[in-house]
Amino acid sequence: MTNALKNKLIDNAFKVFGIICTLFGLVILGILIFNIAEVGLTRIDWNFITSLPSRKAEKAGIYTALMGTVWILFLTAIIAFPIGVGAGIYLEEYGKKSKWANFLEINISNLAGVPSIIYGLLGLEIFVRAFNMGGSILAGSFTLALLILPIIIVSTREALKAVPSSIKDASVALGASKWQTIWNQTLPASIGGVLTGVILAISRAIGETAPLIVVGALAYVPFAPSSPMDEFTVMPIQIFNWVSRPQHEFAVNAAAAIIILLLITFMMNGVAVYYRNKWQKKIKW
Amino acid sequence: MRTRTQENIIEALLKLATSITILTTVGIIGVLLYETIAFFKEVSIIEFLTDLEWTPLFSQKHFGILPLVSGTILTTLIAIGVALPLGLTIAIYLNMYAPKGFRKSFKPMLEVLAAIPTVVYGFFALTVVTPFLQSIYPNLAGFNALSAGIVMGIMIIPFVSSLSEDALYAVPKTLKEASFGMGATRFQTSFKVMVPAASSGIIVSVILAISRAIGETMIVAIAAGQQPRLTFDPTVPIETITAYIVQVSMGDVPHGSLEYRTIFAAGITLFIFTFLLNTLSFWIKKKYQEKYD
Amino acid sequence: MQVLEKQQIMTGSQKLIEEKKTIIEARDVNVFYGHFQALKGINLTIKENSVTAFIGPSGCGKSTFLRCFNRMNDYIDEFCLDGEILIDNNKIYWNKIVVEELRKEVGMVFQKPNPFPKTIFENVAYGLKIHGIKDKTYIEEQVVKSLKDVALWDEVKDDLKKSALALSGGQQQRLCIARTLAVEPKIILMDEPTSALDPISTAKIEELLFDLKQKYTIVIVTHNMQQAARISDKTAFFYMGDLIEYDDTKTIFTNPKQEKTQNYITGRFG
Ligand SMILES: Nc1ncnc2c1ncn2[C@@H]1O[C@H](COP(=O)(O)OP(=O)(O)OP(=O)(O)O)[C@@H](O)[C@H]1O
Ligand SMILES: [Mg+2]
Repeated sequence: MTNALKNKLIDNAFKVFGIICTLFGLVILGILIFNIAEVGLTRIDWNFITSLPSRKAEKAGIYTALMGTVWILFLTAIIAFPIGVGAGIYLEEYGKKSKWANFLEINISNLAGVPSIIYGLLGLEIFVRAFNMGGSILAGSFTLALLILPIIIVSTREALKAVPSSIKDASVALGASKWQTIWNQTLPASIGGVLTGVILAISRAIGETAPLIVVGALAYVPFAPSSPMDEFTVMPIQIFNWVSRPQHEFAVNAAAAIIILLLITFMMNGVAVYYRNKWQKKIKW
Repeated sequence: MRTRTQENIIEALLKLATSITILTTVGIIGVLLYETIAFFKEVSIIEFLTDLEWTPLFSQKHFGILPLVSGTILTTLIAIGVALPLGLTIAIYLNMYAPKGFRKSFKPMLEVLAAIPTVVYGFFALTVVTPFLQSIYPNLAGFNALSAGIVMGIMIIPFVSSLSEDALYAVPKTLKEASFGMGATRFQTSFKVMVPAASSGIIVSVILAISRAIGETMIVAIAAGQQPRLTFDPTVPIETITAYIVQVSMGDVPHGSLEYRTIFAAGITLFIFTFLLNTLSFWIKKKYQEKYD
Repeated sequence: MQVLEKQQIMTGSQKLIEEKKTIIEARDVNVFYGHFQALKGINLTIKENSVTAFIGPSGCGKSTFLRCFNRMNDYIDEFCLDGEILIDNNKIYWNKIVVEELRKEVGMVFQKPNPFPKTIFENVAYGLKIHGIKDKTYIEEQVVKSLKDVALWDEVKDDLKKSALALSGGQQQRLCIARTLAVEPKIILMDEPTSALDPISTAKIEELLFDLKQKYTIVIVTHNMQQAARISDKTAFFYMGDLIEYDDTKTIFTNPKQEKTQNYITGRFG
């Protein structure tokens, strides 16, 4: 066999291997979703969504967990949004190129890499103990807000960076102050990117389990929370609880709850991606 | 004049928001140190680092972190063993072989893997992968590092494939052309030109994936077991640092007790590992960023 | 007197060229990028051991045509070629052709110097290694010879282990030529090889082309009219995908038959 043919053969073999690897990831994703749907889909009905937890698998529902997740979603968003976007604006528009800014950047990149369970330990000591919030929704929301802050900051900066400086220059040349320029020009021009980042970050928060367990969210909460200071559970913890039981009926419950959790996650991701595409199409510099 | 003050107030508020990130870091390190120092007042650091058993919740208490560290390293190695070859091959395939449209649609599809909540992967490892592996190797325990590690590897594939593909994409097109122009195949071009030229980006992607695997919690808490054991046998139950923290948090350990403090001692160990890895990746990124203008 | 001599030499060499063997032949070549037709029915033959220049305004299809000779357009999804290209009487768009073998015979030098981020030695040895040559002494010999051929040897002989990226732009481009020479191709394609270089480096490379002509067939795309006149035996003028005129360089620059050519070389458009 000539050398060229040998090389060609290796080349084609690797191509096939590449296709297999790429499909492998997607096939696994397919199996995962198919398996969960197969086990859990029939379990989902209105009762499952509106029932309180129970020791009997067939009676148990996800109402408290779902409400907990909704509470967490809104409180985390309310806390993280202004802080994250504010910090992103500051880093991109005000404190650029100083040593201090450089340090902040390193710090944020490090925070993004801290395991989520460590944030749980932070929340446990600071919010639960020092601020005396106990294992409440508020303590959980603060913890998750800190966790997703780096994601929001980074995506905010990217979105702001994409705004051409000609727009800012034009505004400043008209005599607008720095903040007026940001508020009236830069932010509106980049809001799509900013919101995409925020939605993705919050969808990440909804899937988090470990930090909330550490903060003291409970596996069993008899009633849906009615104020930020209430005890709570969330969907992933409810799933974890059911997965940990040996009986098959609980595994079915877990699969059913996973379907709903995945629906929420995919929906948020879908909205984010849709938003991003729309925004990118609309604004062509 | 009024706008001036207004501007200053706004800038101060933005600064305040930014300083929260510093406070977070200070808070994490402070909390971990505070409780760990209290822990080491009761347990010698020598025992912590050299004892071969970790049984703080039993009456016969041992405080050797090594079994938790070995469990963490074991699952991480398995995960990287899955994610590195798969992720890198996918990156090369998408960059060098696949039709252009493929790259655009497959990359986001793979990234879905990273968006799935980890508790879902835990369920998948326990109820699908473990039984499947047991059908091949019947002696596999119901909880084991192998299944957890493999599933974790699948979860982090997009970390490796996406970031590595970005790095390959950033290699100037002219290098690819030069190699093709010499009569090199895509395979030769990939491994002799593209991968070396993108090596810093690829290394960063792998480090980030490792760091992610070390800190991953729910998959191992659900599928790998809760038995701290100093072993590299992937077929038996083990416990990772993260799974231990979850185990204690699920129970009723009183605040301020020695058992309570163990989770901070375990946490700081975890933090040091990931901190070193993240710093390394940041440093590599900065150092090689301006290689091509 | 001098002028006369030069003309005699040129006609002398011209005569020789017509007698030489045909090495590249394009028959009715049409090229499409999707629906856009980039080349329209091109017919052209190129003789061995000659220098052929492609000239024409930007976007007229020079690079596209050049890249057909070593099938570098294969990687563009919507690229589509119709017609035939023969090199050494082999149809290179015949699907049983091994593209890698073809490119061993037809080397290419690009507009911007593009050395690999490897050592100088590894850059020149790259082609030999990928074509399966393992003999170390042969590789070393070829590297030295190629570097000498491009007059780079004296400048780098002590730095063979240094990164090629540390060389100047002109040196890098000569290194890229050496890299192409090392596998001993028959044809060398050059797409504006001097447009990113300073005048001195450009002069060096032009000088080099004179020597290379003895052993290789060279096809060069250039925007520099003087360069085309200085170095080439034949010149092809392209305009919006058409081959307008193809003739001896002297004829093209002194006595073109087409008005478009006349306008272009006198700088009236383009
Ligand atoms: N990959 C591609 N996809 C679509 N159209 C292309 C592609 N490459 C070139 N074209 C089009 O084909 C035509 C010829 O391009 P080509 O690069 O061959 O021109 P050129 O004569 O080399 O120009 P220049 O002097 O600027 O290098 C141009 O109109 C160009 O827009
Ligand atoms: Mg061109």
